[in-house]
Amino acid sequence: MQGFAYEAPSSLDALRARLAAAQGAGELTQVLAGGTDLLVQMKQGQRAPGLILDIKRVGETQALTVDGDWLTIGASVPAAKAKAFPLVAEAFPGLAHAIDLIGSSQIQGRASLGGNLCNASPAGDTIPALIANGFEAQILTADGLRTLPVEAFVTGVGKNALASGEVLLALKAPVPGPRSGDAYQRFTPRTEMDIAVVGVGARLTLDDAGVIASACIALGAVAPQAFLAEAAGAALVGTRGEPQALEAAAAAAMAVAKPISDKRGSADFRRRICGVLVKRVVAQALERCTTGGTK
Amino acid sequence: MSEAMDFKVIGTRPIRPDGVDKVTGRASFGADFSLPGMLEGAVLRSPHAHARIKSIKTDAALAASGVKAVVTGADFPQVAAGAIEGGEGGGDFADLAGNVIARGKVRYHGHAVAAVAAQSRAQALAALALIEVEYETLPAVLSLDAALAESAPLIDEGLMTSGLAEPATAPSNLASVIEMGNGDLDAGFADAALIVERRYQTPTVHQGYIEPHACVGRWGQDDQAMLWCCTQGAFDVRSMTAKVLGQPVGSLKVIPSEIGGGFGGKTTVYLEPLALLLSKKSGRPVRMVMTREEVFRATGPASAATIDLRMGFSQDGKITAAEATMAYEAGAFPGSPVGPGTMCVFAPYRIANFRIKGMDVLVNKPKAAAYRAPGAPQALFATESAMDEAADKLGIDPIELRLRNAVEEGDSAIYGPKFGPIGLRACLEAAAAHPHYTKAKDAGVGRGVAVGFWFNVGLQSSAEVHINEDGTVTVIEGNPDIGGSRASMALMAAETLGVPYESVRVVVADTETAGFTNVTGGSRVTFATGMAVVEASKDIIAQCCSRAASLWSTDEDMVEWRDGAVHPRPGVNVEAKPLSLKDLAGKAGRTGGPLLGKASLNARGAGPGFSVNLCDALVDQETGQVQVKAFTAIQDAGKAIHPSYVEGQLQGGAVQGIGWALNEEYVYSPEGVMENAGFLDYRIPVASDLPMIDTQIIEVPNPGHPYGVRGVGETPIVAPLAAVANAVSASAGVRMTELPLSPPRVLEALDQA
Repeated sequence: MQGFAYEAPSSLDALRARLAAAQGAGELTQVLAGGTDLLVQMKQGQRAPGLILDIKRVGETQALTVDGDWLTIGASVPAAKAKAFPLVAEAFPGLAHAIDLIGSSQIQGRASLGGNLCNASPAGDTIPALIANGFEAQILTADGLRTLPVEAFVTGVGKNALASGEVLLALKAPVPGPRSGDAYQRFTPRTEMDIAVVGVGARLTLDDAGVIASACIALGAVAPQAFLAEAAGAALVGTRGEPQALEAAAAAAMAVAKPISDKRGSADFRRRICGVLVKRVVAQALERCTTGGTK
Repeated sequence: MSEAMDFKVIGTRPIRPDGVDKVTGRASFGADFSLPGMLEGAVLRSPHAHARIKSIKTDAALAASGVKAVVTGADFPQVAAGAIEGGEGGGDFADLAGNVIARGKVRYHGHAVAAVAAQSRAQALAALALIEVEYETLPAVLSLDAALAESAPLIDEGLMTSGLAEPATAPSNLASVIEMGNGDLDAGFADAALIVERRYQTPTVHQGYIEPHACVGRWGQDDQAMLWCCTQGAFDVRSMTAKVLGQPVGSLKVIPSEIGGGFGGKTTVYLEPLALLLSKKSGRPVRMVMTREEVFRATGPASAATIDLRMGFSQDGKITAAEATMAYEAGAFPGSPVGPGTMCVFAPYRIANFRIKGMDVLVNKPKAAAYRAPGAPQALFATESAMDEAADKLGIDPIELRLRNAVEEGDSAIYGPKFGPIGLRACLEAAAAHPHYTKAKDAGVGRGVAVGFWFNVGLQSSAEVHINEDGTVTVIEGNPDIGGSRASMALMAAETLGVPYESVRVVVADTETAGFTNVTGGSRVTFATGMAVVEASKDIIAQCCSRAASLWSTDEDMVEWRDGAVHPRPGVNVEAKPLSLKDLAGKAGRTGGPLLGKASLNARGAGPGFSVNLCDALVDQETGQVQVKAFTAIQDAGKAIHPSYVEGQLQGGAVQGIGWALNEEYVYSPEGVMENAGFLDYRIPVASDLPMIDTQIIEVPNPGHPYGVRGVGETPIVAPLAAVANAVSASAGVRMTELPLSPPRVLEALDQA
């Protein structure tokens, strides 16, 4: 590992000013939240920043709040804290499970959702769960703030939509209403300490009659970035999640999955597991619409 | 024999002497050692699986900031061929030297080409990038079939197959052939009511020890050298390193650190000769520590194997004939464990008609190293899979089928010697009665049974027992403690001397402090070094008796040792209180000087170890994923000196075997680059993948050991491969013959079922 400077600004203004200065000086800057990806990448020689900006002292990145109809999770909130937050545990059990899949207990004490998103791994566990739940990314820019749907935030393998000088501040999602449930499942050869071969997140909401009114299905590890499989969701709307509806959703997901073959599985295997997981995840989310959740 | 023995401390479960240091982090492992002025070394490794080295330019690296020395193959002496004795992996010194650093050719991706010592690791790594190596790449040979093909590229142009009836006339990648047989194979198969014939395949796997290889080497101006390292055998490191460097054995002192796992993989040398030559060139001590990636790319592995098996059975389940053709990958240099594989493949059974052929085959992968019961897991995976299939097809309970064929005391093993008392039948009977086996299976679950076997070895050991002036005991021996051997040594010394366990301290000493001792391997330490400790303790007892007799002015045969003290023999008219070890230690200065007992021996009479494993597994029919629901390991330990550590061996072996069966494998690119050189994608099982591994220790005492011990360290990894595969086959409804049973492979099999 090469030498680097480390700074930890303690306000949004200080962070913005330091970013601008670094940009002006051409310093190769890397933002640090939990560092569980960054430090490993630096040790492996994949990144060699000249300046590390730790954002954990910027209050906005540590927010974990419910404000009216919106849940806010600051970009540097540790995974362990986020998954234990009552609203997350109760109304977003799928997301909570996805967070719980990050590394191990020790890693979750440091790792953040913001970091998991910025790292932009095709197999990142929280990303499909964030997308399915309609999360938005709140971004600090040179002169203000902007927001992007999480689905648009990741732009490729290891790439995100942040421009030079921008920082992810927080993730926000609408608090789900009644008769709504989410789920996330991934497939890995091992039970933990592993990386998704396929990951599927879903958020379903039923109408008063128990018919699926909205369905968001997000797929991970079957394309360069996680994405919303709109046709899979559409195949469920208007149904009660009957077996043939699940089959149709699975088929729709498999049709849009574009996996690669690599050491973690062949494209055919991934596509097939994708279909299996869609059915299982939808069934789980459906059950939560009627039995679990809040409000 | 120990059956009738009334033990005081043997068989109890005290805390291990090294336990507190290990759980508090105070224990010093390979990478923890440092010396003033020490440099950090790093290795330049081949980017090609097979290439000729045209030239190496090191000037720029040597001139780089902080760099103090660079070595390449040209700096090392030529080493003459000669068999490595006493190690676990076997092989040849010239090949060992060629594996430590490439000369002329690189034979696998990761093969060491040069090494640098610099003031910091960053400087050493930067200097590696400045070494210019010109390669002429050659086609990589990555499988047994490719290696044995007619026009296969030659990995060693001078390699002539040994073991053929007619001497080889042209070089090939087939290093050696082993053949053995007995009886009339054709007649045996003609008698068979059922013949099971299949090809079984196992992948390249790594031992997966948590501690990477590490050492510090210091070369003195007087050519006396010291080496601190993590190893399973300091004396083996000494002989191998001395040979690679062309130095006398006596000029090198090796000090073993604590060891974070080895499983056979730390019975050879990789970094040690490099560190010492860098130290010689730089005049400074040099530390070298592998990264995990280097461990995967350049150490280990256990051989991949292809076994063509044919077994004939009578209607009532007797084996009428058996034939095995076994090809094992040696890696880039000869020396796979196919030899022990051929000896183990049918070892558990009485077979009158058999033929076995073994082949040691070079491929462009790292040189295979020993891994628990080297060669046996692959072999018994094949046999025990076939036994399971036969039981199924004949409608005979799988344990009963094995009982009908099991070897017993007095039978000749197919590899030669007559078995003494052995525990196969006892293990099978225990398995049949075990609640795991008698309990009904859950829906969809498959249950697998398999037998394991390993010879266990004796070899040379030394021990000293020092009685301190207060009567406490220091045991000095030379086997690095991998599996709780300090505790076992202390228990055996305490039992023999009649003192409390807590008063015995066991020291694992360096090569100039302990007497010569072979490697910690072959499941030999509790047996052979234990025997040396018992004999050294008896030496103390003899001295105590002699000194007491002298103090009492009587003859030695008038006294006896009982309950930790010298007593006058019953009826002997001596006015004397018994003299304890403590009493005599206090009088040592007046009775002839310090009490020091010694023993050195070449232990004979190692007792073979048999096991039976039971596995329940559930296959997810949609994804091919396997869940191990229950696992029971039953094994004959002869006598369990410390039952907890015997159980630990059984559980650890089961876990490693389950990993081998389910997900572990080297994934290679077509160019011969390992693509999963890390624990993320080389999947050893994690705790949540496993049920509690249940154990049952069977004790059929080994008459070759004073307390009945037989080795227990290796047998536990042998049976799990087939136990898991048989359970998976039952759950999936299709016979699985190729490991690992990863989800894609199981799913593919389900499709074809």
